[in-house]
Amino acid sequence: MRQVAVVGVGMTPFGRSQKDQLEMFGEAAMDAINESKLKPRDIQALFLGNAVGDLSEGQTVIASHAAAEIGLLGIPATRVEGACAAGTMAIITAIMAIASGHFDIVLAAGTERQTVSGTAFATRIMNTGPHHLYEGPSGLTFPGIFAMMAHFYAKKYEVPLERLKDAMAKVAIKNHKNGEKNPKCQFPSIVDMMERRKAKAKKDGYPVPTWSDEMDFLHDTEVNMMIAQPLQLFDCCPISDGAAAVVLVPVEVAKRITDKPVTIAGFGQSAAGGIITQRDFTRLIAREISAKQAYDMAGLTPKDIDVCELHDCFTIAEIVATEGLGFFDFGEGYEAVERGDTEMGGIIPINPSGGLKAKGHPVGATGVAQVYEIVNQLRGICGERQVEGAKIGMTDTMGGTFASVGNLILKRGW
Amino acid sequence: MEYKLTYNAFRDGLKEGKLLGLKCNQCGIHICPPRKVCPECQSENMDIIELSGKGEVLTFTVIYVPPQGFEGPLVVATGKLDEGPWVIGNIEGMNPSNVTMDVIGKRFTVGYKDVPADSISGGDRIALTFKLV
Repeated sequence: MRQVAVVGVGMTPFGRSQKDQLEMFGEAAMDAINESKLKPRDIQALFLGNAVGDLSEGQTVIASHAAAEIGLLGIPATRVEGACAAGTMAIITAIMAIASGHFDIVLAAGTERQTVSGTAFATRIMNTGPHHLYEGPSGLTFPGIFAMMAHFYAKKYEVPLERLKDAMAKVAIKNHKNGEKNPKCQFPSIVDMMERRKAKAKKDGYPVPTWSDEMDFLHDTEVNMMIAQPLQLFDCCPISDGAAAVVLVPVEVAKRITDKPVTIAGFGQSAAGGIITQRDFTRLIAREISAKQAYDMAGLTPKDIDVCELHDCFTIAEIVATEGLGFFDFGEGYEAVERGDTEMGGIIPINPSGGLKAKGHPVGATGVAQVYEIVNQLRGICGERQVEGAKIGMTDTMGGTFASVGNLILKRGW
Repeated sequence: MEYKLTYNAFRDGLKEGKLLGLKCNQCGIHICPPRKVCPECQSENMDIIELSGKGEVLTFTVIYVPPQGFEGPLVVATGKLDEGPWVIGNIEGMNPSNVTMDVIGKRFTVGYKDVPADSISGGDRIALTFKLV
């Protein structure tokens, strides 16, 4: 197999966009292609992560329309769908296409526009992720799935729910704090949100809230309302729009294009079906298989990872992911959060970009945006949110009912 | 080989008061809801059986922001049937604001409720319901 490298990355800001999925894709794709100093005509194939574009904007055959958007007529263009893991699965498909020797220069991207659907219909669309006959008709939502994870975790590891919830709130505080330093982040600062609410109360003549700090604010169920017990609003990532793209080439080609290529050291992907098939909420088999594949291929262990962007769609999901990826023992991830091990400057900085939680989660774009962050971390150009001296980074993306997981390990190629 | 226990047959069973599942003739495990092959040993050699319809709650949530077409608050639980399989359904007959972690480990009997079709559901569906005993 040929080794593969990233030579260009692009990403739109995440948040509420007035642009459609194809326009956002066009921006991210051309940023990646221009950064790699290539032209669209150099691209030989497109793999596009997109989870729900047919339901949210009424667009099927989206990969073909996306290719046409940037003048790529005649190349194979393929949509890859795996709910929130779609973007990572698109990158992995692209890597395999290059590693096999079939293509040399491939664009992998993800795009999604979900705010147009409104909360109720966006939630119905996401309700298509669980098994449509045997899980979805219960009205199960994604907050609901991860709420069941939180209760299961508290019971299994005998953690008082209030203690677990405070650790979860600490995940939110950390990721929003990281997001403050990311200009593409959807919801950067909890402190700013607190100040805005105080100013509005004052202006409208209501009693001004007296939250002492972010944790005090998150304990206020008036503002941090219950979404799916025990998950409150700030335990949940937002509904988002956005796109991201990466240009992938064989390492020998990368050396001709850039003096700072980032190489793919390992990857893994695994599928596991519904919750009812898997029979655990804390040991996610798809992640454990996928991460092992990635570590084995890279010849690395969790201790070798300097920085990780992982799937914090909900605060409890970050805790469970840090265990599944091997950074902490099972049942001890919440204590790592309490100690600050996952903060910037901690043992393993998690989600320096702000993660899905703060940066936003346009589902098909998320995995590609994680690679965008890790590539820039390894290049050392992340400014205030730079993990000092990061040489090896990892991404983790999970789709559906823990049903599809993809992992990538990336390394400085110079 | 023809699909042994289809969704339509599973649903019809519930409407007759029976929770149907499969028993694998190769490894002996019970499977519910149905599958084309045994998840344990991949055999297609399975027979339709009636399960006890009893189990216990493993975890739960109360959904306050439901999908379009559903009315909240909605108590959703994952349960383990006495024969082993995991199922997802709605706990009925409890005031959602009184549901706490104490519900974990509680015994239930399985029923069902109709879930109306919407434009992306491919027709009417049912959801399992759990009545605590």
